[in-house]
Amino acid sequence: MSATTTTGDTLAPLRREWIRHTPAERLTRWVMTLTIVAATVWAVRTIDIIPEFLIDAPEQMADLLLRMWPPDLAYYPTTVHGALIETLHIATLGTVFGFLMAIPLALLAARNICRIPALNALAQVGLVASRSVNSLVWALIFVAVFGPGAAAGVFAIAFRSIGFVGKLLAEALEEMNPGPREALRAAGAPWGAEMLKAVWPQIRPAFWGVALFRWDINVRESAVLGLVGAGGIGVVLEDAINFFQWDQVATILLAILAVVLVAEIVVTRVRARLL
Amino acid sequence: MSDSALPAPQAEASARRAFAPDWGMRILGILLIAYLFYAASQLDLGLGRFITGLGEGGRFLARMVPPNFERWELLLEGLLESIQIAVLATVVGIILSLPLGLLAARNLAPWWVSGPVRAFIAVCRSLHYVIVAIIFVKAIGFGAMAGVAALVVASIGFAAKLFAEAVEEISMKPVEAVRATGASAMAVLIYAVLPQVASRFVGFSLYQLDSNLRNSTLVGIVGAGGIGGTLFAAFKRFDYDFVSAILLAIIALILLAEVISGRIRAAMR
Amino acid sequence: MSAALDIRGLTKEYVAGKPVLRNLDLSIGAEGITAIIGPSGTGKSTLLRCINRLVEPTKGEIRLTGAEGSIDVAKLRGRALRLARRRIGMVFQEYNLVERLSVMENVLCGRLGYVPLWRAWLRKYPEQDIARAFQLLDAVGLPEHATRRADALSGGQRQRVGIARALMQRPDLLLADEPTSSLDPRTSVEVLEMLTNLAGAEGVPVIINIHNVALAKRYAKRIVGMSGGAIVFDGKPEDLEDSHLSQIYGGEDWL
Repeated sequence: MSATTTTGDTLAPLRREWIRHTPAERLTRWVMTLTIVAATVWAVRTIDIIPEFLIDAPEQMADLLLRMWPPDLAYYPTTVHGALIETLHIATLGTVFGFLMAIPLALLAARNICRIPALNALAQVGLVASRSVNSLVWALIFVAVFGPGAAAGVFAIAFRSIGFVGKLLAEALEEMNPGPREALRAAGAPWGAEMLKAVWPQIRPAFWGVALFRWDINVRESAVLGLVGAGGIGVVLEDAINFFQWDQVATILLAILAVVLVAEIVVTRVRARLL
Repeated sequence: MSDSALPAPQAEASARRAFAPDWGMRILGILLIAYLFYAASQLDLGLGRFITGLGEGGRFLARMVPPNFERWELLLEGLLESIQIAVLATVVGIILSLPLGLLAARNLAPWWVSGPVRAFIAVCRSLHYVIVAIIFVKAIGFGAMAGVAALVVASIGFAAKLFAEAVEEISMKPVEAVRATGASAMAVLIYAVLPQVASRFVGFSLYQLDSNLRNSTLVGIVGAGGIGGTLFAAFKRFDYDFVSAILLAIIALILLAEVISGRIRAAMR
Repeated sequence: MSAALDIRGLTKEYVAGKPVLRNLDLSIGAEGITAIIGPSGTGKSTLLRCINRLVEPTKGEIRLTGAEGSIDVAKLRGRALRLARRRIGMVFQEYNLVERLSVMENVLCGRLGYVPLWRAWLRKYPEQDIARAFQLLDAVGLPEHATRRADALSGGQRQRVGIARALMQRPDLLLADEPTSSLDPRTSVEVLEMLTNLAGAEGVPVIINIHNVALAKRYAKRIVGMSGGAIVFDGKPEDLEDSHLSQIYGGEDWL
């Protein structure tokens, strides 16, 4: 834009150009934008979009919500309450079992606790395997093993928790201060005493933090396990949906919402007091 | 510190212990163990059941190997659809999360705006995406659209919350300075707020793509498109060797995505 | 020309019944630098922030007179307030630059009250704005730093960018809130020297909050001493005596 520079203005020597990005930065920005747009276009063009469905979606949604109102609250004491308690049992038992299995794996995976690289790697593989399979898939597997019921749910939650808990505990272990352990070892303490008096006090806050965090997640996850037959409130939800009892569905959804929100508040409160 | 110059400690017998017993924690521990036994009995989790389960589990595992990749076309089709669901859900979810996250930040929006927006985000986060997927399947029919819609809701629940938290952590000093120049609210947003959070937003968006990819392999279980439907069908037909093939493919996809997004995040730093 | 700024009966209470500023009257003309001195917590900062309404005054009138006419800043809302703010530049104690933006973008922030949003968004500023920004960067001695990120600069350099940003607004009045308190003594003098010269060249009156009485005496044409939310001294630097300082800050052992 140097069309006006010929008119002898006093600013001419100061008319320097200001460019916001270097050419390399511009190129990266363009490539990134292009990638995002291309991926979106590809997804939109290949995915099954049925226009008729999309057009009357708002109408259908409104219809659904209308049928949900008012929620059938009489359904709560007879069926929903028991299932809700079962869901909480599944979440809590699953968390505890998950921890029981995760602690040895975390100790093996932490390089400052277990000095054998092969065992570290093996433990890591176990943790990754647990993490990459979703709890719903674990539930499918355990339903195939144990048959439908809450037992499958507990195991699904436990096995999904191992990887998450184990990874975070192993990280906490590796980050701790080696000083107290050295001091105890220098005083001739056996391995067990070293773990109990030097390691445990250091990771205790992380331990309880992870426990609360995972329990909160497990409460949410255990609510859907019933959809594949692994017990809890999901079973009741599946039945209500299959029989098109939308007012009952609304009651169940409200119950789940309430439990999840209460769990979150409890966890935040307890964590604030613990840490 | 007992010092000889100080008067003698009163009532020398009043047991000075090095460790005070923490009765609160002990009672809590006992209650927790009692609860575990009670809950286990309620759910009918006996040892006998566990042992029969182990036998079943062995048989199940034996039928899973070797994984059967004969129907790889079906597998690939499902995987691609899952990826498409994840991409669309992330794009739409992030576009919606940006304004919602800004409106939910208590340091910028007045409380009567941030309050309701935060509540909306909390509801999006509280309902599990599979439950949301069921509702969308009933509302807009079987298929990938329901999956996209469900994961958009989930994305808002997580991304908008993270955005809001990032905005609440910014330094207000530049905001004050830019406001003092007479800039409009939008200009303050563009110049003083977004530069402080942009790189974190990109990180959150990548993370959301990652987690949408995981979740998109599942929504098919309730008929909302993607590889999950194929997996569920294989389970129901007891095609356990195909099940193991699908599971391996899903795990490979998730690990690959994790590696790629990790690389991008490292490159941005 | 009449006074550029005319404050009448200004009161500010953060907590009802506990005023930080008590019924304050102050007139500032086009007379160069006015330094406000006083102990910490006496409301100096609040006074400056009331003038451009970063802090809401509880009561009183703040009349700003300039090229665009006379307005009572205390009564303005919305767009009118923004138009008033762009006539008042401000320099901050901790510079308050947007650290992740370049120096140039920070300086151009001073035009945000003038340019339309789309131009600001795309960084398509009018040519004369960019030319002036370069001119100001030259004037504050940072011509080659335009594309560097603000967080790569030293404290003194950042404060110079802050001054350039404030002057970029072509203000009728410049407010400086402890502009040297985060700087070392030598840089403080350099920055004050620069502020005095540039504001003098542009003909902008400056109100400056400052802790350092010696610097205040050296650069200001007028000194206002505040204590307990009220003005207790107002006069020329050479008239400021130890008795006044003792009245402003309390005690006399430190003198």
